[in-house]
Amino acid sequence: MTETQTLPGDTLLYLGGVTVSFDGFRALNALSLVLEKGEMRAVIGPNGAGKTTMMDVITGKTRPDTGKVMFGVNTDLTQLDEPAIAALGIGRKFQKPTVFEPHTVWDNILLALAGDRKPRFSLWAKETAEERTRIESVLETVRMKDQRHRLGGDLSHGQKQWLEIGMLLAQEPQLLLVDEPVAGMTDAETEQTAELLREINKTRSVVVVEHDMAFVRALDVKVTVLHEGSVLSEGSIDNVSADPRVVEVYLGR
Amino acid sequence: MKLDRTAYLTLALSLGVPVALALLNQTTEVGSALHIPTYVVALAGKYLCYAMLALAVDLVWGFAGILSLGHAAFFALGGYAMGMYLMRQIGTRGVYGNAELPDFMVFLGWHELPWYWQGSQWFPFAVAMALIVPGVLAMGFGWLAFRSRVTGVYLSIITQALTYALLLAFFRNDMGFGGNNGMTDFKDILGLNVQADSTRSALMVISALCLCVQYLVARFVVQSRFGKVLIAVRNTESRTRFLGYRPEAYKLVVWTLSAVMAGIGGALYVPQVGIINPSEFAPANSIEAVIWVAVGGRGTLSGAILGAVAVNFGKTWFTGMLPDYWLYALGALFIFVTLFLPKGIMGLFAKRAAKPVAVLEVAE
Ligand SMILES: Nc1ncnc2c1ncn2[C@@H]1O[C@H](COP(=O)(O)OP(=O)(O)OP(=O)(O)O)[C@@H](O)[C@H]1O
Ligand SMILES: [Mg+2]
Repeated sequence: MTETQTLPGDTLLYLGGVTVSFDGFRALNALSLVLEKGEMRAVIGPNGAGKTTMMDVITGKTRPDTGKVMFGVNTDLTQLDEPAIAALGIGRKFQKPTVFEPHTVWDNILLALAGDRKPRFSLWAKETAEERTRIESVLETVRMKDQRHRLGGDLSHGQKQWLEIGMLLAQEPQLLLVDEPVAGMTDAETEQTAELLREINKTRSVVVVEHDMAFVRALDVKVTVLHEGSVLSEGSIDNVSADPRVVEVYLGR
Repeated sequence: MKLDRTAYLTLALSLGVPVALALLNQTTEVGSALHIPTYVVALAGKYLCYAMLALAVDLVWGFAGILSLGHAAFFALGGYAMGMYLMRQIGTRGVYGNAELPDFMVFLGWHELPWYWQGSQWFPFAVAMALIVPGVLAMGFGWLAFRSRVTGVYLSIITQALTYALLLAFFRNDMGFGGNNGMTDFKDILGLNVQADSTRSALMVISALCLCVQYLVARFVVQSRFGKVLIAVRNTESRTRFLGYRPEAYKLVVWTLSAVMAGIGGALYVPQVGIINPSEFAPANSIEAVIWVAVGGRGTLSGAILGAVAVNFGKTWFTGMLPDYWLYALGALFIFVTLFLPKGIMGLFAKRAAKPVAVLEVAE
């Protein structure tokens, strides 16, 4: 029996035997992963292990060749495209921070706010007091209140990372997929980010991909180690660090 | 909608200058120092129609990042819809004196109007067709192209192919649109002589009004949240998808609107220049329209109008002196603007005015 069958109600995300090939090269090789509701999971693994590809599969950017990708108990994500998956409540922060450079910080958050995405609505939409309050609160959370008028393109790398996390929050997703959030951040910023993710995790489920071991340790959550497209090891950071296979392929390099 | 100084200036000039020209043409005597000759009125009317085409191009290129190299097709289709109406007004005054059939059909030995010419004698119908035909074509084309995620250079190439295909189709006599010669020798529009200076003045002022309305509509669109999404799509299309937007839907709306705007320009153009033929579909025409926008300043709307008028003014002047070298001059201008004036003429003005509309309006 698999975990999903024993605890169907508690499973938020289920990947079963997912394989993705690019020109014969298997970026994901029968990858399986189960995330419970409310869980935060750290995913680590060497370059090219398939971490980003896994997020591409979950968010509908890449279709798996084989395997199951389920959100909740009965939503098959492989049948949906990116906007539909986003609408279900899966938000994503990219490895390379991607914000709307011609827009202000404020407008970046405004565009990300959960709400109607149809042209018919947005053509007539007026910024409401309620939306303003929500934007203010997101800016507060990511500590960007005084940056609101700056253009996305003018921000530093670290600020873009924060803005993108802010956009993710504004989307109010059930599940956040966060790809390398602390790349380009100072130690202090890294610590703040860990704190922020733990705060977010009080109400939402999170999958974080990160290379920074200090950061992963600070998160203090279950860790999945990917290697060559499949799960090599899973458990607490201390357990996986002690796993000789992990030491060989990753930590011991 | 917020209107800034640039917007007021654009509206004032786009309407004020044509009205002044029309008044000076109509109320002064020929030969008086203040008199504006009718050929100037006709030229101004033509520039205003080109400005509508430029505005349409800027809306999709400047804000949604869709570089259309086929927009003149929508302009020409609007023009053909109006041309059909104007042909039907000729009646028995044609060379063959056939009350029912336009001359070229009599010449081809046709005995009755093809089904798609039905209703074209009725002005409101012609106007509706000038909007609907470009709009529906754009919608079909856009639906296929945007849904398949065709973007960038590939999209530009297929827009060019679209206008080229229409060029070839309209060249054919059996299409029933006058083939190579197109339609000309128009007599009246709404019972008024199209050649009369009063009619020309009126058409020019109506073109100016239409241009102003289009400018306001375009501004409303780009300043709305819809416009912000468009700019986001232009910047990083994939990101908008992961936020739950469907860029193809946004592009389709703005693309269709833009085609309709170009169609209106074309419909007003034909009675003022007195002819419509397949050369209006020539790929070079669409490319010229893009150059107008680049010269004026992409993504500024006002710049599109300015660019269309300035370049065409230059063209009229230049072709009067050195007709064979205009294309070289245009090419040189384009290279110059690309290298030295990436924000076009609008970029030369005060810093505030040079900012694209979308950036201007964010400051609360
Ligand atoms: N679209 C694609 N086409 C071809 N190969 C790809 C594509 N996307 C990813 N790959 C390959 O798949 C493998 C896994 O890539 P992926 O980006 O998922 O790794 P990653 O674990 O995120 O690595 P990193 O730590 O460097 O971000 C890599 O070898 C990569 O080159
Ligand atoms: Mg990666």
